[in-house]
Amino acid sequence: MKVILGGLAQPATSLANNTGTWRNFRPVYLQKACIDCKMCTIVCPEGCVYRVSEKKFTFNANYCKGCGMCAEECPVDDIEMIMEEK
Amino acid sequence: MVRTFMEGSKAVAEVIKLCRPNVIAAYPITPQTHISEELAQMVANGELKAEYVTVESEFAAASVVLGASATGARTYTATSSQGLLLMTEVLFSISGMRLPVVMTCANRAVSSPINIWNDQQDSISVRDAGWIQLYAEDIQEASDLQIQAFRIAEHPEVILPVMACMDGFILTHAYEPVDLIEQEEADAFLPPYQPQYYLTPKNPITFGAMLGPESYMESRCQLDRALRGSAKIIEEVAQEFKKRFGRFQGALIDTYFIEDAEIVLVAMGSVISTIKEAIDLLRAEGTKVGLLKVRCFRPFPREAINRALVGAKEVLVLDRAFSPSSGGVLTTEVRAAFQGMERAPEIKGHIVGLGGREMNIETILNIVKDRRAVGREDRFVDLKEALLS
Amino acid sequence: MEKHLFLAGHTACYGCGEALGARLVVDAAGPNIITTDATGCLEVFSSRWPQSAWAVPFIHSLFENSAAVASGIEVALRAMGRQEEAKVIAQGGDGGTADIGLQCLSGMLERGHDVLYVCYDNEAYMNTGVQRSGLTPYDSDTRTSPFGRASWGNRYRKKDMPAIAAAHGAPYIATASVAYPKDLQAKVKKALNIVGPKYLQVHVPCPLGWKSDPALTIKVAKLAVETGLYPIFEMENGVVTKVRKISSPKPVTEYLKLQGRFAHLFKKSGGEEEIKKIQQIADENIRKYGLLSETAAAKVSAEKE
Repeated sequence: MKVILGGLAQPATSLANNTGTWRNFRPVYLQKACIDCKMCTIVCPEGCVYRVSEKKFTFNANYCKGCGMCAEECPVDDIEMIMEEK
Repeated sequence: MVRTFMEGSKAVAEVIKLCRPNVIAAYPITPQTHISEELAQMVANGELKAEYVTVESEFAAASVVLGASATGARTYTATSSQGLLLMTEVLFSISGMRLPVVMTCANRAVSSPINIWNDQQDSISVRDAGWIQLYAEDIQEASDLQIQAFRIAEHPEVILPVMACMDGFILTHAYEPVDLIEQEEADAFLPPYQPQYYLTPKNPITFGAMLGPESYMESRCQLDRALRGSAKIIEEVAQEFKKRFGRFQGALIDTYFIEDAEIVLVAMGSVISTIKEAIDLLRAEGTKVGLLKVRCFRPFPREAINRALVGAKEVLVLDRAFSPSSGGVLTTEVRAAFQGMERAPEIKGHIVGLGGREMNIETILNIVKDRRAVGREDRFVDLKEALLS
Repeated sequence: MEKHLFLAGHTACYGCGEALGARLVVDAAGPNIITTDATGCLEVFSSRWPQSAWAVPFIHSLFENSAAVASGIEVALRAMGRQEEAKVIAQGGDGGTADIGLQCLSGMLERGHDVLYVCYDNEAYMNTGVQRSGLTPYDSDTRTSPFGRASWGNRYRKKDMPAIAAAHGAPYIATASVAYPKDLQAKVKKALNIVGPKYLQVHVPCPLGWKSDPALTIKVAKLAVETGLYPIFEMENGVVTKVRKISSPKPVTEYLKLQGRFAHLFKKSGGEEEIKKIQQIADENIRKYGLLSETAAAKVSAEKE
């Protein structure tokens, strides 16, 4: 990677950085009580939670740091945090 | 080409207008010259189609032109003394991001004590900021430097900011006849700026990223190489200017009666004119004395200086700025240029004309006459002993 | 994944409110923007070469010049006839905005640049390890306003930045919180449709500096609003036009006890008196901005009688 004009960086390249390795806890999307409110996608500081289909959400394990905000904010307690298996 | 009798600041402003900057930001005080006022009037009159930003400080002036330049605009600012020092942090950011901003620095002394008169401590103090620094000897050259500055700054092999320096008051507030080029000639010499990278949603690039220990040094090395490489472009631009407009006052350096000179004076800025007059007198008396004018201080033209001075026995450097306890800055660098060389002239440093202290032909004649008295330490010339003891 | 304009892979801490705030802001603004940022957490965790989390044009220069750089971008677009190309968003943390960058922000506001300035307010210099800023709240324990035998933490109240921005005649000023993402995003969109300088201050919890549970970032932010300590409002042309009402104000202790930066208030004797002072700040905000909802106000007056 050549340094261009003092260090220009190409846009949207942070995806190369797998912050998922930081994770100690991982969310489990129970998909039992989901009301499709999308709160989990909105509050994720990584923006790595996404909707798969109706009332079905998941997260991208490459980036999820396991902060637990999605589980905390889920209004129907449909997300659990469990210890990461390493 | 029109010859007009005008103030130095006005001449510079007229040439800046010809350069068609998109954005001008300048703070009117601490201190400023008439350049910013003239440009404000031109914009107000509709003669100059540019955004003129009335910023709240020089720090903001430099930051505004930084943002504008990164957006792809041709930008200009002018300042002096404290104003330049207030910009210091931004100067490094502009060069580090490789933005071709052009600035006129009206050289003046630095506080404290407060003193609004001319020396070169301001721009010399920011010599490591990564900007190209060119020094004008008279109003004609100061105005010619501006358009050359844009050509050099925006050259694809350079992409660096340029500080066009002219002595405060002595050049900014003096009147001389000046040849001004026409708009068409200016447009032919300086085509519109075409940046390779700029802020646009079409290519949403990130400027000013953080470079860690694994890459920061390389970016600094690139800056160093670009600055060194700009010497060739500064030369080319000066030659092309000469070809088009018939005027040449040096590129990296200029010389005067240097071929057979045993004693060579070295200086930068408006004192050059005074030195030339002194040399005429000394030559008439048979003294083999010549002049090396350093027009470009950054990149430092080490090789050109070596070549120009290699035949001299004695080199007398005149500094308008110094590094306390170390000596004249130009002197130090000229000495360093001969480090490790077999043949080196004897190099003596003279600190002159600080804070507007008068330098006339007598001053120069005395420096040549008294040169034997100067030892290893650079000498403050014309000190008033009564004020010291 | 969902399509965002501020991407994953950034290196913010667990539960970072600022990372969330920045993503919500640029996602609301859309791709046709140019952003600046002051030195600080956001810049460091989003733009470490050769990577960038930004899918929109982004420039970082120094700590204190985000507003001036944005001013330059705005005039450059105008000067080159490119003003339709992008709207300009300047960003900074609380220190880069209210302290060292205040002069550049003042210039930007006063000259009327068509820029939205977003201050991500996490209430201290977090990037350098939690030092006090002008927006650090009263009694907060930071590295430069530490709690100690002779100190309750930060001795000063939060600088009233929205009022300072308002004094410049900015047509739109608002506060928001990551606790209310829809409100925050609506404010970004509204601001970008107003010509002239806009100031938006977003409350963004910092689990590291606040010593709070990263999972509770939204909860903590919500309590700041529900206690009255962080009033959420809009000011248009100098007049408060809208506030987020509180149905039943919660005691400040509920907010304070979740954060280690206030833990000393609950441990050292005399802490109750300090907490009362903080409650007074919340009560003042409630009165000043008329934060009580009608039902809550009726309840309060009934209690008084």
